[in-house]
Amino acid sequence: MSEFLQQLINGLSLGAIYALIALGYTMVYGVLRFINFAHSDVFMVGAFIGYYVGRALPLGTVWGGLVSMAAAMAGCAVLGIVIERLVYRPLRGGPTLNVLITAIGMSLFLEYSGQLVFGATPRAFPQIFPSKVMEFHGLIISMNQVIVIVVASVLLLGLEFTVFRTKIGTAMRAVALNPGAAQLVGINIDVVISFTFGLGSALAGAGGVLYALNYPSIDPLMGVVPGLKAFVAAVLGGVGNIPGAALGAMILGMVETFVDGSRWSTYKDAIAFTILIGILLFRPAGLLGRMTSEKV
Amino acid sequence: MLEISDLFVSYGAITALGGISLKVPKGSIVTLIGGNGAGKTTTLRTVSGLLRPKSGKVTFMGEDITRLPAHAVVARGLGHVPEGRMIFSNLTVDENLAMGAYLKTSKAAVAASRDYVFGIFPRLKERLHQTAGTLSGGEQQMLAISRALMGEPRFIMLDEPSLGIAPRLISTIFERIIEINRDRGIAILLVEQNAHLALEVSNYAYVLETGHITMQGPSESLMNDPQLKAAYLGG
Repeated sequence: MSEFLQQLINGLSLGAIYALIALGYTMVYGVLRFINFAHSDVFMVGAFIGYYVGRALPLGTVWGGLVSMAAAMAGCAVLGIVIERLVYRPLRGGPTLNVLITAIGMSLFLEYSGQLVFGATPRAFPQIFPSKVMEFHGLIISMNQVIVIVVASVLLLGLEFTVFRTKIGTAMRAVALNPGAAQLVGINIDVVISFTFGLGSALAGAGGVLYALNYPSIDPLMGVVPGLKAFVAAVLGGVGNIPGAALGAMILGMVETFVDGSRWSTYKDAIAFTILIGILLFRPAGLLGRMTSEKV
Repeated sequence: MLEISDLFVSYGAITALGGISLKVPKGSIVTLIGGNGAGKTTTLRTVSGLLRPKSGKVTFMGEDITRLPAHAVVARGLGHVPEGRMIFSNLTVDENLAMGAYLKTSKAAVAASRDYVFGIFPRLKERLHQTAGTLSGGEQQMLAISRALMGEPRFIMLDEPSLGIAPRLISTIFERIIEINRDRGIAILLVEQNAHLALEVSNYAYVLETGHITMQGPSESLMNDPQLKAAYLGG
């Protein structure tokens, strides 16, 4: 029983990190109908910002950790907005495939610029938050796990509020549903798209720092695997669907963790992906997605 | 109020509008009638900035708005109720109305607009928290018109408001259109396939055929025009 609870907590914290990344994929897909492959590298940049800011501040303090995380979020938000403005916006209105290929190019650009700037050698991520291991009834919970779960929950609730309760969030949903009609009520879709990129990238930045706290070795290619998994989580939940992305990420995180803790741990990715393919066979639009025909 | 002069619009090699000119005077209802593919929707989409013309000019209240993006055109007081209604189907009726008032900052003014649209379309008030996609065609049209009214426009363009709507609701909607024009002094440019209906409610009419204006005049006189009767009014 305690092992089950232990794995549940591990799965929850992994799922929460996937959710933070997956939301960026799904929100951008929602408004622009393309997969921003560079998103996983924005996540990586977030971890590096956390690394540099964290080392400049006193380690092992709550405020130092929070400031590092805020810096990573702000830096990534700016990066996401700049990428959209300079790279994707000029291609808007063109064939989706062009934007998709450009996104892959942007991803490689960030990865190799990262190797140039940060070096290819992995670095040890500093303990920016207080480290402490708590134990009750045989359950081992690290402070880092608590931080991941608390921070991710706060951010997810904040996002939920932004998207469903604020004017700009409603505008985001309106643009996702019908960009033409959105313009006709006076919504500047450029502003909404920038906002979407900023929001998604900030979450990825937070995800990068939280991931690095739990897997404290960072390098410029660190975004590839979690990015891919988060993308899969977004598809599993129904790409474009915000609660779906969070749900997909939780399922993926749980499955991975539980398999990892079993005797089939070598095959954890294979098993996780087999389950996903199985779900998609029965629900091709994802768990919460709706089948819609592409409108011409 | 609105003046279009010598507007050319093309989709690639295909010319959609071959140089049309028309005027909508202050406080009037002007209609643009014509068959499928005549260029009626193209005209409206170009005026509101969703399409870019090849040449020509659109003037709204004395200002050249030809090259303005759509959201800036709306900000100047031009409302557009698009073809097929294009309401935000996953949003509630309430949220759709809120989006209609997207550019409005005065809470009191937004509340007054809401009261006004509930006054003319009481049914929307009953459906306030329902998802807009679950409304009937006629109710969606009411919502689309109301959404445009929430922006406090001085001029509204309506694209085929009778399309896909139960016949008994068509007359209600047209009565409301006349009421909006009369009570609020909002000028209207009405695009319709149902020429009979359009001529009945309007002051002046233009007939559009394959991108050219082929006939124009006061609506009563066009109603009795033998040529128009044969082509659009079923003889």
